[in-house]
Amino acid sequence: MKQTHKVKIVDNVEISPGIYKIDLLFKEIVESAKAGQFVNMYTNSSGSLLPRPISISQINKEKNVLTIVYAVVGKGTKALSEMKIGDEVKVLGPLGNGFNIPKEAENHIVIGGGIGAPPLVELVKQLKGNIEVYLGFRSNPILIEEFKEYGAKVYVATEDGSVGIKGNVRDILKEKNLKADMIYSCGPKPMLKAIAKYATENGIKAQVSMEERMACGIGACVGCTCKTKKKEEVQNKKVCKDGPVFYSEEVVWND
Amino acid sequence: MTNPNIKVNIAEVELKNPVMTASGTFGSGREYGEYVDLNKLGAVVVKGVAKEPWDGNPTPRIAETYGGMLNSVGLQNPGVDEFIEKDIPFLRQFDTKIIVNIAGKSIEDYCEVAKKLIKADIDLIELNISCPNVKAGGVNFGTDPAMVEEVTKAVKKVAKQPLIVKLTPNVTDIVAIAKAAVRGGADALSLINTLLGMAIDIHKRKPILANTVGGLSGPAIKPVALRMVYQVANAVDVPIIGMGGIANGEDAVEFILAGASAVAVGTANFNNPTATIDVIDEVKEYMDKYNVENLDDIRGKLL
Repeated sequence: MKQTHKVKIVDNVEISPGIYKIDLLFKEIVESAKAGQFVNMYTNSSGSLLPRPISISQINKEKNVLTIVYAVVGKGTKALSEMKIGDEVKVLGPLGNGFNIPKEAENHIVIGGGIGAPPLVELVKQLKGNIEVYLGFRSNPILIEEFKEYGAKVYVATEDGSVGIKGNVRDILKEKNLKADMIYSCGPKPMLKAIAKYATENGIKAQVSMEERMACGIGACVGCTCKTKKKEEVQNKKVCKDGPVFYSEEVVWND
Repeated sequence: MTNPNIKVNIAEVELKNPVMTASGTFGSGREYGEYVDLNKLGAVVVKGVAKEPWDGNPTPRIAETYGGMLNSVGLQNPGVDEFIEKDIPFLRQFDTKIIVNIAGKSIEDYCEVAKKLIKADIDLIELNISCPNVKAGGVNFGTDPAMVEEVTKAVKKVAKQPLIVKLTPNVTDIVAIAKAAVRGGADALSLINTLLGMAIDIHKRKPILANTVGGLSGPAIKPVALRMVYQVANAVDVPIIGMGGIANGEDAVEFILAGASAVAVGTANFNNPTATIDVIDEVKEYMDKYNVENLDDIRGKLL
């Protein structure tokens, strides 16, 4: 039987205003976890019963450490940010399907927006070939050095112009004529929608990691659906179980 | 620990224990079956099925609230045909009872689902006339005693399996509704479904749920559910399946003391995937502690 685990926090540090990196000693899952998957974190803040689904940012098999980077957006993540080194937190995972890395792909484009950037770090770590990473933030970019460390060429845009190009990822895409075998992306839905359009127009396959409000995280409650199409037939897939990573061509983007 | 008798009987169907899953929180058992041994459950109550596939409501469908959550899934389901083909054979691998929650938008819809289930290998039907997220049908049937009686009578006439009617708490007088269901021929009652609620994102100045309103569940609604079970148990003679915020054995014992024959665990699964099993174990612990040999000895027995 699968189960939730109580795992020890070995680091929990604010890496940018409101953004935290937490390291969990979690040997039970480092072997099986994949880039793009997520975990359910049960924060047990007062009055809160739903787990927080958060993407895995890095998997360190040697140290048995799972790294999660999260934004404090509500009371659950606030409670998580207040946990100390040595504290235990209840975690379920890995959940969902991660990114698919085709063996024959050599040229990779990786695009992240805001708090969509963290899960792409583990992906970049595992990619082989030419990797270009495009990241967009409101201000205060995160994880740039990590992407560089794993051999990617990194391009940054910020909305306030403090770092890199002033604007967003879509502005970089407009100026570039990207050539790649695969695009991998995670970020806000308007960004993913623009990437899907770009991918179709340029004949490149794209994978998008979707986000939706979830309850169970394992496919039972049918809370987090995403409209997809197969030929002409539209169907609701579950972001938690069938995703969170989908091919952009199967997602129905018009809502 | 001694081995107390926790078997229960719902309309001539014997459950090995009084703990079942609340419809809509547990799918057809496949997903949570990876976390709990389904053989240990009294029954699996599956997510509502309609005569045809339903798409459900737009997202977001989930909002967390203090001590609970709102959902506006809207009974997304693959339709009864696919359910019969795929989910019943899956569930029959396990030694547990199968209770099928049926949804509809008209009396004819409900009857058609019940008819399609005549040959199906299931144990009980739960008539869902209480979903707050379906405008046509659903809760509209459940708030008017005359309608409750009429739809219950119609489904009872065609259904082969014993009929549980699941009641909505969004009414002025739950006892009147319960009596109407019993007059219509209900073999048992489930209560409560979710309470209609709402949550607003003050930063966007918009409702969190795409459907604006949704059903509130979780510990926040437990006192309301318990009160309703207590009132109904004292007014009708059919077995009651109590639900609404049950997360542990103590909660379950409260419902049994209020008069419930069995209990269902719903939202608690999201917080603790093994909540159902934990409830069973904790009910036994309670019985052990107070030397209760038989659940019947405490059912409805408030001092």
